[in-house]
Amino acid sequence: MRTTDVVVIGGGQAGLAMSHCLTGRSIDHVVLERGHTANSWRTERWDSLRLLTPNWLSRLPGWTYRGDDPDGYMTAADVAEHLDGYRTSFDAPVVGGTEVVEVAATSDGHRVTTNDGEWHARAVVIATGAASTPKIPKVAELLPNHIDQVTPIDYRNPTQLSDRDVLVVGASASGLQLADEIARSGRRVTLAVGDHVRLPRTYRGMDIHWWMNVIGQLDERYDEVDDINRARRLPSLQLIGTPERRTLDLNAVAEQGVDLVGRLVGVAADRAQFSGSLANYCASADLKEVRLLERIDEHARDTGLDDEIEAPTRPEPTRVGPPSLGLDLSSLGTVVWATGFRPRYPWLDPGLLDRKGSLVHDGGVLPVAGMYVLGVPFQRRRKSSFLDGVGDDAIELCDHLVDHLASSHGRRRTNHR
Amino acid sequence: MTITEASPVDNGVNVTALLGAREHMTEMPELAQFQWRADCKWVNGTHSRTTVNTFSGAGGEQSHRQPHSVETDHPELFASADNGMTPPELVLAGLAGCITAGVASVATNRGIQLRSVHATVEADMDLAGILGIDSDVRNGFNSIRVRYEIDTDATKEEIEAVVAQSQKRSAVFDIVTNPTAVLVEVV
Repeated sequence: MRTTDVVVIGGGQAGLAMSHCLTGRSIDHVVLERGHTANSWRTERWDSLRLLTPNWLSRLPGWTYRGDDPDGYMTAADVAEHLDGYRTSFDAPVVGGTEVVEVAATSDGHRVTTNDGEWHARAVVIATGAASTPKIPKVAELLPNHIDQVTPIDYRNPTQLSDRDVLVVGASASGLQLADEIARSGRRVTLAVGDHVRLPRTYRGMDIHWWMNVIGQLDERYDEVDDINRARRLPSLQLIGTPERRTLDLNAVAEQGVDLVGRLVGVAADRAQFSGSLANYCASADLKEVRLLERIDEHARDTGLDDEIEAPTRPEPTRVGPPSLGLDLSSLGTVVWATGFRPRYPWLDPGLLDRKGSLVHDGGVLPVAGMYVLGVPFQRRRKSSFLDGVGDDAIELCDHLVDHLASSHGRRRTNHR
Repeated sequence: MTITEASPVDNGVNVTALLGAREHMTEMPELAQFQWRADCKWVNGTHSRTTVNTFSGAGGEQSHRQPHSVETDHPELFASADNGMTPPELVLAGLAGCITAGVASVATNRGIQLRSVHATVEADMDLAGILGIDSDVRNGFNSIRVRYEIDTDATKEEIEAVVAQSQKRSAVFDIVTNPTAVLVEVV
């Protein structure tokens, strides 16, 4: 058994940010990584994927974007390289090829069992990311065998799909991007649309993330929003990062010939059934988009930007015709489940999870002393799960962790915020 | 219903009680398990009377303040006595009643005072379905349109957002837009 003060589980943006903070405090720790640094960025992303946030918005404690295209968007390989550079910059103690099997409380801390022996630590930081397992609805089990089912984790590009029709389920960033790309490959695509967040790529000449950053939306704190559970469940933003900075919304994919339908709600008699609620979901998303743009205009007015930037515009409402309520499955070759992700913690005490399998935490502080989670959606701020957002959370959690190490002296106690 | 001091507007909705129930049922999910019941008796011809009284939920057996009944029948056009609305029209009443209740609740929660709310509903149906003339035509509505006229000081965008949110949380909107497993048996 090896001993250290802190075991960080996961060597992505969150794990490295925490490692940087711990290094700065001279706290002995290891970062256990199942593969290489930024493993999922290397192995679980489709070919054309780029980050939704611009390059400059990838600041981590002690690290910033080093390239020559601050307004561009990183590919998955660029992200892996960005994080590799970060790891090397402070010589993070990453132990690669190490899969965690169990984390258990002991009388004076925590025992982390891996495929390569045990670690004993006084604190554990779970930094395994928000997107470890695709969420697939139960209705998937009812699909006939002739239909291939893929998720954003195993999708690479359209050539791996059969030539037959494709149903993409889910209209957040992944679903919209894949529907767009697959439709451009010449396949007939139907997109099942539920709750979504519509945004323009740029507004008044500036990237929408630049605006969300300056109006303070990305910094909104978890203890300030009305309903944190709802905020944490919010689907990812309908955006794509492309060199031409184009807007990807439902109107744009419809122009590529994608058929828009409501949520997939059932499969019966060889037909997929869709909800008739499409118009309401689109109306809600349009209203929320306009509210954000109004907030931006107000900020521009208040800060005297109005004369320096382009005039305000309003997006065309989402065009929704009478949607089809069913789809004959016989012509369908593939269903793409872009229905979101859930974290998975098979190595944790199930008592630490809620009934949906998410960690119960207060801003990243678990109810068990010395246990933390970092990098989950809206952990402490709206930007928590973004590359640029995890750093501020890491700094605050590190403060809490240092206090714990100083005061615990190995005794078991309950975490307090 | 009473309105607490915390509520700045009075639409007759006790939002505090609703939010309290929500908090309770979040903590104890079993309290949220409800069963609704209806009791239908044939009267004559196409005329039936459906009565609701008891239901279960919030951890026990419940009942309405008093039993409520509704008559359903067909119009004279179809040689019926027209003792009540047709069952599909009753569904429209359920839809409009449900979304309107939601409008009042959401508006109150958002501090919006309502002066009047008026919904008109249109639903298209091709009777070639239920009469068995064309098997490609569905029995139910092809489409439903609900139009709201709402008198309030809130902006059009605010009230549109209220109506959108009300649909999002409406039981009957969900019931008519999404399939439900239905089992009918004879005992």
